Amino acid sequence: MTETSMHAFEIRDYLRKELMPHFMCPGCGHGIALRALLWALYELDIDKNNLAIVSGIGCSGRVGAYIDANTMHVNHGRPLAYATGLKLARPDLEVIVITGDGDCLAIGGNHLIHACRRNLNLTCIMLNNEIYGMTGGQVSPTTTVDRFTTTTPFGNHEPGFDSCKLAAAAGAGLVGREITLQVPALKNLIKEGITHPGFAFLEVISDCTEIYGRKNELGESPEMMLSQKASTRSDVYGNSVDQPFRPNAFETGVLTRNDRPEYADAYKQHMGRIMAASN
Amino acid sequence: MSTVSTAATTSALQSVEGNHACALAAIAAGCRFYAGYPITPSSEVAEKMSVELPKVGGTFIQMEDEIASMGAVLGASMGGVKALTATSGPGFSLKQENLGYASMAEIPCVIVNVMRGGPSTGLPTRPSQGDVMQARWGSHGDHPVIVLTPASVDEIYTETVRAFNLSELLRVPVVLLYDEVIGHLVETIELREPADLELFERRWTRAPPEEYVPFAAADDGVPEMARPGDGYRTHITGLTHGENGFPTQNPEQVDRVMRRLLGKLDRNQSLVEHFEALTCEDADIIIVAYGITSRAARRAVKLGREQGIGVGLFRPITLWPFPQQAFVEIVDSAGKILVPELNAGQLCLEIERLCSPSSKVSRMNRIDGLAITPNEILERVKALESND
Repeated sequence: MTETSMHAFEIRDYLRKELMPHFMCPGCGHGIALRALLWALYELDIDKNNLAIVSGIGCSGRVGAYIDANTMHVNHGRPLAYATGLKLARPDLEVIVITGDGDCLAIGGNHLIHACRRNLNLTCIMLNNEIYGMTGGQVSPTTTVDRFTTTTPFGNHEPGFDSCKLAAAAGAGLVGREITLQVPALKNLIKEGITHPGFAFLEVISDCTEIYGRKNELGESPEMMLSQKASTRSDVYGNSVDQPFRPNAFETGVLTRNDRPEYADAYKQHMGRIMAASN
Repeated sequence: MSTVSTAATTSALQSVEGNHACALAAIAAGCRFYAGYPITPSSEVAEKMSVELPKVGGTFIQMEDEIASMGAVLGASMGGVKALTATSGPGFSLKQENLGYASMAEIPCVIVNVMRGGPSTGLPTRPSQGDVMQARWGSHGDHPVIVLTPASVDEIYTETVRAFNLSELLRVPVVLLYDEVIGHLVETIELREPADLELFERRWTRAPPEEYVPFAAADDGVPEMARPGDGYRTHITGLTHGENGFPTQNPEQVDRVMRRLLGKLDRNQSLVEHFEALTCEDADIIIVAYGITSRAARRAVKLGREQGIGVGLFRPITLWPFPQQAFVEIVDSAGKILVPELNAGQLCLEIERLCSPSSKVSRMNRIDGLAITPNEILERVKALESND
């Protein structure tokens, strides 16, 4: 299925309806990201029975449970480690990781760079809302400088990561970013990530209206999303002196792509050659 | 191009190092996934697996750290593949968070801890039995875990197979706990064919998907598992969950799931709790020892008996849950109990707890990186005897 009208996609077919209402706050961008993911799954005609969603801890980690698939809600920062074992043991499964900026870049940062380096065929969707929402609004590795959180009461003095630069530098097969305002574009980006035969790292610029927006007077969800839209400037980024830290302006879409060998495939071929030579 | 021998291992007597025996037994037991991180004195397990797994179509991966290797093992196991990791004290500490996940989400896995001196980086190349309590209580919260403690290379082989059996059957993490000396010891053992081993497989559900309740357990307290791809689409979480697998804070449901989890091993006591008793029937003094120390104790018992001393050995092969019933029946009546350990006194706490007030428990501890010798134990036994 390549192009399908949005009407043909029925989100309820992919949700565990018995878990509704969901736990997400009003205005949270994570639900939009979830919709875009499910839409992408629909358009790619992925069998829910062969779909494994591995998520970590935090608001992002709780999103996976709503998907009517094989869902694994694992330890904080570790979904990429679990997903690596799962995909290697079961290459027949489509394995998608849902993680957050704290889960993926702070406690799980080591797993991220090595997942990028290995280039195993996983899709990692990082929902970046610049804050630890589940624990009440603490500073994260992507919080914008000078912003207020419960642990930066005088404004954040730490620079944040540009996670896409990080993933690209570490060797991820495909790196992309999108904002939640652009749902069809986000859906298309997720499709690119899933179909790429290697490790795909996708950053979704989400918004935490309830805590981060309120604390920084960023307005309601529409205002926050429009301000994200205003930050998507493709022209200024490339030579920014801020890299690899996150600048105020960022590119969206597929940012880098390479054709390095996929990990499991390379392992299988390498071992196949060795075993054949010794027989 | 480098080549390796792909000759199948056959049932035969071979001289094998303890850590290699562990790897060979794992493969014989059906393990097809290994994830690990280099650490002395366990690295030979990983090295052997990296050679042997490709021969049987399995996967070996060296992960970025100890935490990731434990995570990858659980991911592979959730996919339905028997999985192993090996480490030593410092790495074992790092594995504890994911070991707790295995306890809570009931994911089968086998973790080898080849003990070295601690705390911290400690004595990487020296034997120790300092992780007895970490193996039981290393992860937070009340959690079920089985700890097996082989005392020879051959027993590493048989207990590795048993570790997989117990883990798959009871859906519980199993720790294989032995020390540096046993891990690096070379002894002649019999390598068995898988067909010659009693292997228990995980109980995969055959219920229709609409009737399957993922964490509803049978009488033995163990729920049937569903494999991803088989049409069940279950949710697995480290959050406290109800029988449907989804998080709950309902006190009744929480109480029910926790009591089932913690009671699972009791319900399968005879399967889990293995021990050896040597000349305990008429003994006035019983040595309680495990691992390398039990070998010195065995020798001391032989020497003591030759000198007419009524001494016996009680050796827990399953360290946790401690074979309490057998201990009380066999050991407590002796009156005098000696607990030699390569730590400052860990298992002796359990022994002191279990003994009746009339029994006298003596500790014997070496924490200098050296093993306890048979003569040292015999001297203590003689001193205990003459204290009458």
